[in-house]
Amino acid sequence: MAAEPLDDYIDAVSKALALPVEEAWRPAVRANLEVSLRLARLVDEFALPDDTEPAPVFTA
Amino acid sequence: MTAKPEMNAAEIAKAVAGGQLSALAATEAALARIKQHDGILNAFTDVTADRARAKARAIDADIAAGKDVGPLAGVPFAVKNLFDVTGLPTRAGSKINRELAPARRDATLIERMEAAGAVLVGALNMGEYAYDFTGENVHDGPSRNPHDTTRMSGGSSGGSGSAVGGALVPIALGSDTNGSIRVPSSFCGIFGLKPTYGRLSRARSFPFVASFDHLGPFARSVTDLALAYDAMQGPDADDAACTTRGLEPTLPLLANPVSDLRIGIAGGYFQKNVFPEAVEAVGRVAKALGATKTVDVPEAARARAAAYVISTTEGASLHLDRLRKRPNDFDPAVRDRLIAGAMVPAPLVDRAQKFRRWYRAQFAEIFKSVDVLIAPATPCTAPKLGQVMFTLDGVELPVRANIGIHTQPISFIGLPVVAVPVPLEPLPIGVQIIAAPWREDIALRVAYALEKMGVVSAPAPRGF
Repeated sequence: MAAEPLDDYIDAVSKALALPVEEAWRPAVRANLEVSLRLARLVDEFALPDDTEPAPVFTA
Repeated sequence: MTAKPEMNAAEIAKAVAGGQLSALAATEAALARIKQHDGILNAFTDVTADRARAKARAIDADIAAGKDVGPLAGVPFAVKNLFDVTGLPTRAGSKINRELAPARRDATLIERMEAAGAVLVGALNMGEYAYDFTGENVHDGPSRNPHDTTRMSGGSSGGSGSAVGGALVPIALGSDTNGSIRVPSSFCGIFGLKPTYGRLSRARSFPFVASFDHLGPFARSVTDLALAYDAMQGPDADDAACTTRGLEPTLPLLANPVSDLRIGIAGGYFQKNVFPEAVEAVGRVAKALGATKTVDVPEAARARAAAYVISTTEGASLHLDRLRKRPNDFDPAVRDRLIAGAMVPAPLVDRAQKFRRWYRAQFAEIFKSVDVLIAPATPCTAPKLGQVMFTLDGVELPVRANIGIHTQPISFIGLPVVAVPVPLEPLPIGVQIIAAPWREDIALRVAYALEKMGVVSAPAPRGF
């Protein structure tokens, strides 16, 4: 069992993307991922209407 | 006449066009200053002396032949090293990219600056792949703050801030994805313009986050900023996001009064997590403009979060193959952020893009009641190089993660901003003058009025 809750996920995505994560980098990758997911959650919990279009290339 | 370091671009161009100063003399003066001071500042990664001298001689020949030499005749300038410069590999602050073949054509904005008579003297240091707010670089060393060389220049356009703040060149170009023009402007005490998203062509520059990447100028005066900006405007089929709007020159409008403008102070989020110097700077600008109305910007914290998510994931996508093949050639801190970015689930990124549209609509409402918003550019003056934490209201916070908190929610929806330097002691700090989309003219006009009132100015460098 992985030492941290995100480690299994990191291992799985690393494999799926063929993206190497050396053990020495893991704590920093995990810490950065925790920040990204925490901030993404802020966006996730904000309810938007179903017809909201994304702005992939944004014109101000 | 000789070119003095304090001469701004408008003065150089006027003297060159008038025959009192040769373009070559102006260029040699800049090259001499770079040689004398760049050992300390570390702003430049490449000095293009031969090219600069050839261009300057051509301008002098045109003047002798009675030809029009443009509004930036003989003005030395330099560019962040993510701009393509013919003959140089576009390193974008990285180790990996310096192995690329030399660029075969200049970036569009370099071509436009040179068409206006400016003289490219080199390429500038930057944070690796622009994923940075500090101006530090593990491969090239940090660019240094011209007012205190033990401090950060700000990133990621650190060399641009250092070179203009240090008066090595009057104008530099940089990029701003989340604050990378406004942060170095703030720390180095200079003016910076992040135009509306899509206004200036990004063709032949190395990208970071396609949704947010902007290019723009730095200068020591608002007139110089407008001169450079006007020279670079115009559609460009080589950048898919570049507007097809025609030229909208700002220089003729700079001195128009600002008394008719409705100016608000960004409240809530923008008044939190700031050091006293940022409060002081915003207060001085607000007082000078007679601004008393505080405007709430809804969900700015969420906007910053969404900007973070889109940046880290689009950045990861851009670099995915390099992360697979050359992970040990990245700055480890950049690599680990990008790898984490590659692991953010796609629905969360899509929601962040959808949130942009919602947030943009909120700003459209705000701009019905105000023409300009003022906000801090950075929460603090330049931290020490290598500084990891700072204490704010008794709370320890990481420096890197907090430098851009006030710039990110603005570039998130592409609004035009002029960063103006408030010359506080002992270090300057910037304030954002934010306008509605496509109204760079208004932001520049307000910046010009503040400059004329003596409230904002680029202090002479004194750190070296």
